[in-house]
Amino acid sequence: MPLPDAPLILSAENLACRRGGRLIFEGLTFRLRPGEAIALTGRNGAGKSSLLAMLCGRLRPEAGTIRVEGASDVAPLELSHVVGHRDGLKTALTAQENLAFAQALLGDAVLSSADALARVGLPHVAALPVGYLSAGQRRRVALARLLVARRPFWLLDEPMAALDLAAQAMLAGLMREHLAQGGAILAATHGPLGLDGARELRIGP
Amino acid sequence: MTRAFLAILGRDLMLASRAGGGGELALVFFLTIVVLVPFALGPDLNLLSRIGPAILWLGALLSMLIGLDRLFQGDEEDGSLDLIRASALPLELAVLAKGLAHWLTTGLPLALAAPMLGLLVALPGEAMLPVAGTLLVGTPALSFIGAGGAALTAGLRRGGLILPVLVAPLTIPVLIFGVSAANAALGGTVPFRTPFLILCALSLAAIVVGTLAAAAALRQAE
Repeated sequence: MPLPDAPLILSAENLACRRGGRLIFEGLTFRLRPGEAIALTGRNGAGKSSLLAMLCGRLRPEAGTIRVEGASDVAPLELSHVVGHRDGLKTALTAQENLAFAQALLGDAVLSSADALARVGLPHVAALPVGYLSAGQRRRVALARLLVARRPFWLLDEPMAALDLAAQAMLAGLMREHLAQGGAILAATHGPLGLDGARELRIGP
Repeated sequence: MTRAFLAILGRDLMLASRAGGGGELALVFFLTIVVLVPFALGPDLNLLSRIGPAILWLGALLSMLIGLDRLFQGDEEDGSLDLIRASALPLELAVLAKGLAHWLTTGLPLALAAPMLGLLVALPGEAMLPVAGTLLVGTPALSFIGAGGAALTAGLRRGGLILPVLVAPLTIPVLIFGVSAANAALGGTVPFRTPFLILCALSLAAIVVGTLAAAAALRQAE
């Protein structure tokens, strides 16, 4: 299913973040347009994960607003995929069951869970409980979630972490495909994302 | 939206049935309490059958509190809660699905086991069904009052300790009317219907209030 016609822009204005009484960053403004990728960089503790938590609604901004231009009545989170350090997988369920659950929750199905697992190179673990998988394999199952449901914004926290070189190239391919289809990506990262033309957004000093 | 609701319900039922899911824990704990109390009371059979309904109700209440802290905590820790928040399903309905799954895996088995365990506390035969009935309509209140507390403590590492302290006082009305309805079934001046209907009302109110309170607590960002 194609993305909605009106261009959806994730826009943050004058965001400020306070954790434990300390102001981590302030005055952060950016707009994430269709087809655009932003690499969020900054030293450890600069607030990259906090910014993503704000975009997910898990953390309330100290100041500023986050909204989606073009769909003002929808919460940004409902148009986003989030893959972070907490992978959102249940260890007792199989990879297939985890993905089927995510698909039912997120709606707007694209690929079946079996096809999505094949795309991330894990067709053979579909029937294994996620608890038996390695960290890299788990991360790939979590990334397969990006493929089972259509969402314009991908919010990724260190997506390359725990991935081997082949899987990093696979993820870069998936991201390029998403951008080509008019999606947008915001990824907190320390290393290269493998995307040409990704804009860098540096927070903190 | 129905699909997302059923997905959460189905996943929680599936998780409870898997090894280590804790689905059977409440039942075993219930059995343990009901078996131990007669030994502590001694051989007075009349006393035992008089306080039998109270033992069953206390046992059910404590069993429901066990493992309740994991209701939202597990989802919070592994990030599933972010996934649920990202769904178009209102958080209230997600809480309703999780509370319902909790009741189906703890409250319902307890109510079904009550007639069997009633034998251990010398409950007269004609009181078995009414007592099980009070547990059947009363335990949803415990699940959903508990859900409110579980949502409040979802982010706390040692939430399991504080949860019973938060929840137990709120369950007192349910306990009072549950036991008095069960006692009314054993005889006495109060008709069974009166406390039983109040118990039903408490459950219905708890489902609504507990769901709204839990969703509000989960929505309260840091």
